[in-house]
Amino acid sequence: MRVLMFGWEFPPYASGGLGTACEGLVKGLAKKGQEVTFVAPKTPDSQSSRIKLVSANDAMKNIKITTIPGLMSPYMTCEEYKQRKEEIMLHAKEPGPARLYGKNLFHEVHLFSERAKIISKHERFDVIHAHDWLTFKAGIKAKQLSKKPLVVHVHATEFDRTGGNNINQYVYNIEKEGMTKADRIITVSNYTKNMVVNNYGIDPAKIDVVHNAVEFKDSDFNSSIAKHGKIVLFLGRLTLQKGPDYFMYAAKRVLDVYPDVKFVMAGSGDMEPFMIEKAAELGIADKMLFAGFLKGDDVDRAYQMADLYVMPSVSEPFGITPLEALRNSVPVMISRQSGVSEVLANALKVDFWDIDDMASKMINVLHYSELKEELRDMGAREVRKFSWEEPAAKCIDIYNQMIGGTQW
Amino acid sequence: MVNICLYFQVHQPFRLRNYSVFEIGKNNEYFDSKKNIQTMLKVAEKCYLPMNRLLLDHLKNIDGFKVAFSITGTAIEQFEKYCPEVLQSFKDLAATGKVEFLSETYYHSLSYLYSKQEFKDQIEMHMALMKKHFKAKPTVFRNTELIYNNEMAAFVEKLGYKAMIAEGWDNYLQWRSPNFVYRPYGTSKIKLLLKNYRLSDDVAFRFSNKGWNEWPLTAEKYCKWLNSVNGNGTNINLFMDYETFGEHQWADTGIFDFMKAFPYEVLKHPDNGFVTPSEAAKQEPVGELDIPHVLSWADLERDLSAWLGNKMQNSAISRLYQLERSVMETGNKELIDTWRKLQTSDHFYYMSTKYFSDGDVHKYFNPYDSPYDGFITFMNVLNDLMLRVNTLNPSKINKYLSSSIARNWIISDQ
Repeated sequence: MRVLMFGWEFPPYASGGLGTACEGLVKGLAKKGQEVTFVAPKTPDSQSSRIKLVSANDAMKNIKITTIPGLMSPYMTCEEYKQRKEEIMLHAKEPGPARLYGKNLFHEVHLFSERAKIISKHERFDVIHAHDWLTFKAGIKAKQLSKKPLVVHVHATEFDRTGGNNINQYVYNIEKEGMTKADRIITVSNYTKNMVVNNYGIDPAKIDVVHNAVEFKDSDFNSSIAKHGKIVLFLGRLTLQKGPDYFMYAAKRVLDVYPDVKFVMAGSGDMEPFMIEKAAELGIADKMLFAGFLKGDDVDRAYQMADLYVMPSVSEPFGITPLEALRNSVPVMISRQSGVSEVLANALKVDFWDIDDMASKMINVLHYSELKEELRDMGAREVRKFSWEEPAAKCIDIYNQMIGGTQW
Repeated sequence: MVNICLYFQVHQPFRLRNYSVFEIGKNNEYFDSKKNIQTMLKVAEKCYLPMNRLLLDHLKNIDGFKVAFSITGTAIEQFEKYCPEVLQSFKDLAATGKVEFLSETYYHSLSYLYSKQEFKDQIEMHMALMKKHFKAKPTVFRNTELIYNNEMAAFVEKLGYKAMIAEGWDNYLQWRSPNFVYRPYGTSKIKLLLKNYRLSDDVAFRFSNKGWNEWPLTAEKYCKWLNSVNGNGTNINLFMDYETFGEHQWADTGIFDFMKAFPYEVLKHPDNGFVTPSEAAKQEPVGELDIPHVLSWADLERDLSAWLGNKMQNSAISRLYQLERSVMETGNKELIDTWRKLQTSDHFYYMSTKYFSDGDVHKYFNPYDSPYDGFITFMNVLNDLMLRVNTLNPSKINKYLSSSIARNWIISDQ
């Protein structure tokens, strides 16, 4: 089977869970003998590392990475896109880049789909697989030209990103068009499936749930970091969707009665200034440390320093970070409003709005080492069972069904 | 001649409500009366009332039919509070004179493993309760979850019991059959009755399992199996949770029809009969049985791992029993009763992480989302109890408080 796949980020340069998920899935497909052409926008930062990745890894031998110049990031707002573009223009020595990038984020999406047309003419493939709204138009174009079946993979919807407020109509329209014109839809959880059914009016029979997984290295489950004092960690974008404000209110509640704890907020995002001010206002600025956006080994180190990882997301289609935390031998607390809580049993589960419950459980984990160790050990044992082979196998089934026939 | 010995276990714990850290020192309401009432009413309607009616008919109509019950104090308290007609229906059964009641710890506790004094006290409380409600004087002892070993048999013998009950587990029986009376190793008078777990579990666990090659199980087929023991056993001990009937196996599985037909099928064979545990124990033991390690009737392991299998469980229970002296010295009836209600084995069972991610029988009985929530709730409640004991008895408890969450509360109050 030859798969033409459209995505918008791929590790090691990735700003979030989507790139990690795409990489895991693509490797899982390759292991099962599928040929994947992965088309992603090429940003100036990512160029060299991608090429290296292709040649460096045996597991990637069936994978071809094709890039299209672009600035897109799944987590970008229009404003951020503009800023990023201006930065690049400013640093460019020659006028060249001006022609490569779109006027704005939506124009960029359009350009990506136009270039996808050219690629789909030159590539040979049996199915098209498009990840999230930025690539849906590209997927649709490729389908129209090639008459091959299209599956769209929903990792997040506009409702997750905005918390349901100020839905961007343009984004919503693209999402809906992709879901409607696709032959099948994959969602990363039942949580997201319900969202697609309820908010986009899609027939549930058209949707398959394929939960994400996590990859392991030999060095996993060994933490060698020396620890000083107790630490609770938040790691994610500081945006409405991820619930950093709930984390902070819970921290305040904990510190009122249980003062010997530090809280670390790792990540950046539009809520960062607000969060910093809020910490000062609540009088916990000395206990709430802002670590900024972490990359590579720093991420693992942050996990390993922590006694508890908290993912208080307001709306999380899947949420791969708890699995990464467990891989680093850290127990986890996750919001029930997440896809990962459907598949991970050995975690503390809370409603993101229930500050008291969150704080009460935090104190218990910090106080009782037996609770912390049991959560950590059972969680680590459970997370070893997550592998990308299962999601890859499910995707192959879906490809086969599509080629077999049911068209929508 | 084969005698069928039926014993049913009746138990309900006082489930805790979701008690937060922030309630410590502020709220003495530990138990989830709403959930406890709902559960009691549901089980009464599905199991206790219809099954008691069915057994009452049998006891009145069938010569030679008899059964035994072991009913915990926490179950009886909840009958009295939430559903008195259930208690009355058990009294009606007792009034037939053909029902035997067994002895156990009032609070369905693991106290034998932690405090012999507490163990004895709870047995006495239970004895008094059996006398009060059923005019019964139990002579056969059943420990919580059939937890048993040689040492315990010797201890229970000294308390004057004629017999004790245990799981008929192959590891100890080896080539021997559970269908005889044995003598526990190291004892001289007390006798041991062993649960025939295969035949018991056919009803208790497999009855409604459509994947089982014997499904559907009819009374006729089942009694053929019982009859085949004839000549190779004196008594078949069918011991199971009473909630099997109508609650674990719902009415639509046909479990009540099965039980309606069952005694008639048994008595079709002229050599068969029914006995109560104390009657079965009148027989001479055929041999001695050596069970040095702790045995129970739970899970595949038949050990303590369902209650004491992980760090949370061990820590929670040892912290609870550390309080024994301080709680007793307060002389405060309510505190002592609460402390004892926390001893009910179910609280520790809820904290079991064994098989947790596989989602199985443990989950079915668990009021919490996870074993971790079970631990957190229990420890928060225990911290509040510690604070209250400390208020009444400040000198005694400080050393336990110093390692507790509640310590921070005391500090922040000062």
